[in-house]
Amino acid sequence: MIKAQHLNVKLSGKSILSDLSFEAQPGHVTSIVGPNGSGKTTLLRAMTGDLAYTGRVEINGRDMQGQKPWELATVRGVLPQASALAFPFSVVEVVNIGLQGGRSGQSSTVASAALSRVGLAGYAHRPYQELSGGEQQRVQLARVLAQIWHPVEDGEARWLFLDEPVSALDISHQLQVMNIARDFADQGGGVVAVMHDLNLTAMFSDKMVLMANGHIKAAGPVAEVLTNDHLSSAYGCSVAVNQTPNDPVPFILPQAAVA
Amino acid sequence: MALAIDADLVPVDRLSRARKLHLLLFGLLIFVSLGSLTTGATGVALMDVLWKLLQGQELSQVERIVLFDIRIPRLAMGLMVGASLAVAGAVMQGLFRNPLADPGIVGVSAGAGLGAIMSIVLGGLLPLAILESVGRHLTPIAAFCGGWVTTILLYRVSTRHGRTSVATMLLAGIAIGALSGAATGVLTYIANDAQLRDMTFWGMGSLAGASWGKLAVAGPIMLISMGGVMFMGRGLNALALGEATAHHIGIEVQKLKNLAILAVAASVGAAVAVSGGIGFVGIVVPHLLRLGTGPDHRALLPNAALLGASLLVGADMIARVIIAPAELPIGIVMAILGAPVFLWILLRQRGVVDL
Ligand SMILES: Nc1ncnc2c1ncn2[C@@H]1O[C@H](COP(=O)(O)OP(=O)(O)OP(=O)(O)O)[C@@H](O)[C@H]1O
Ligand SMILES: [Mg+2]
Repeated sequence: MIKAQHLNVKLSGKSILSDLSFEAQPGHVTSIVGPNGSGKTTLLRAMTGDLAYTGRVEINGRDMQGQKPWELATVRGVLPQASALAFPFSVVEVVNIGLQGGRSGQSSTVASAALSRVGLAGYAHRPYQELSGGEQQRVQLARVLAQIWHPVEDGEARWLFLDEPVSALDISHQLQVMNIARDFADQGGGVVAVMHDLNLTAMFSDKMVLMANGHIKAAGPVAEVLTNDHLSSAYGCSVAVNQTPNDPVPFILPQAAVA
Repeated sequence: MALAIDADLVPVDRLSRARKLHLLLFGLLIFVSLGSLTTGATGVALMDVLWKLLQGQELSQVERIVLFDIRIPRLAMGLMVGASLAVAGAVMQGLFRNPLADPGIVGVSAGAGLGAIMSIVLGGLLPLAILESVGRHLTPIAAFCGGWVTTILLYRVSTRHGRTSVATMLLAGIAIGALSGAATGVLTYIANDAQLRDMTFWGMGSLAGASWGKLAVAGPIMLISMGGVMFMGRGLNALALGEATAHHIGIEVQKLKNLAILAVAASVGAAVAVSGGIGFVGIVVPHLLRLGTGPDHRALLPNAALLGASLLVGADMIARVIIAPAELPIGIVMAILGAPVFLWILLRQRGVVDL
């Protein structure tokens, strides 16, 4: 499991997160939501070891601080909010760069399996830089999947950290990507995803964490976090949460929101 | 539509093709090296010399001097300097995540040259104890320090939050070049005649001063840093995805960056110390290789070493024969060969190299 305790993060001398605690369980999709600038990416980057922090972050019971990058790379993969590529690599070459960080090594089947998983089977030899934004985002996801191909290894859960994995995707690929996350968790792995779309979050998550102003406003099962009060105070506009009679998953209609 | 997409496809398994290129480039290297040994101002024909050696005959005094004291050290120097500059270019481009980073263009060579010139002109002012302990290593060490400081400075100035701004990098390179030029200008006023001659030689770049002595000092530095760099392929590939992603994939980014900067400074410093400012090798060679066999650094780095060595030895051959018996500085030959290729690259890649 992932456990962050008493996290403090300062960026350019400004305190962004203070005394924040967070938990995610294997087998769960844990989503972090909140307004722009609320600190979601900062929290994720602290937990992936990209930012200096005080406090403690544990992955599967081990303190992250003492671990080398290559040890962490076999336990968790990270999809950043934005990626750039400096040289004209092809799609499959990009996926292979991720593959080499993980445990599946040189296995060439993993790269093409990962590409078909994100719906890009025929794209292996296209130049990455000539793909559309959404296609590039899916290639990056395939790269992360290739690195962390097995959700459980040596009896230990492995982790996907995804920062807005569906932000650039059309609706069918949004569902496809969320299903990948869901499957990964169902097979025993853990997923921590930063999300903006509350409906998709509600459909696919087990736990939700709502952030505002660098604090956690609410955390827990979806139905407990997704309430009118929590959302309205976090987002600063009145949001109405609805529920269909025979489906427990709440949904939100933007039309019903009052600014 | 489908046709257009097909035409854009990258060849399947470029990496193994790039690895097959090793052999081809090695063949080219042998070919060019033999050519370089057999051409020159004096009419010593290699075939005759080889024949004599095979038959166990004594070489004449002239033949021995030309072969062992002039051509072979010069060839070895050309090979090492060419390989070093090309590899340093490829590493810098990987480090800065930018295909325009080149030791010559962004001022690393200028910085190293300034260090070298300072050691020539001002070296006498150093305490005797230091002078005695470094001896003839002084100039390479000074060139290394100049290149090192410049590379670190450049990286600091042009890279923010793991991203390099091309515009800032190039402008910083111009500033460093200007500073180095100005400092050199000042030093010309205090230099004596012998020092002045040395300095002119730095400006243009030449292999004419090649000797076993210089090779003994600079050669190991170039070989060690090139050898070390060959292990950075995977790290530089990951770095192409950004520093954060490289870290996620398991690369010790800070260590990689420090080592890459050190290696660039050492190889450029050593190359500049023995041959002056030779430009364009570091940008033209990696570029052509990327166009041909893709950007994978695991194959690019060794290929760059092989092609860079051949290119410089070839250019040196041209420099020696084109106005024989006089000799053109090789820096001039490289500029004439390299600058148009560089412009052509810019034209082709206008979209990719956006400022
Ligand atoms: N390098 C930095 N220096 C100073 N402040 C920063 C830095 N990076 C981010 N911040 C600030 O930290 C806060 C949280 O940023 P963060 O990127 O975590 O937001 P986020 O919740 O991911 O937002 P979004 O939904 O827009 O992605 C913002 O107010 C931002 O301005
Ligand atoms: Mg964010």
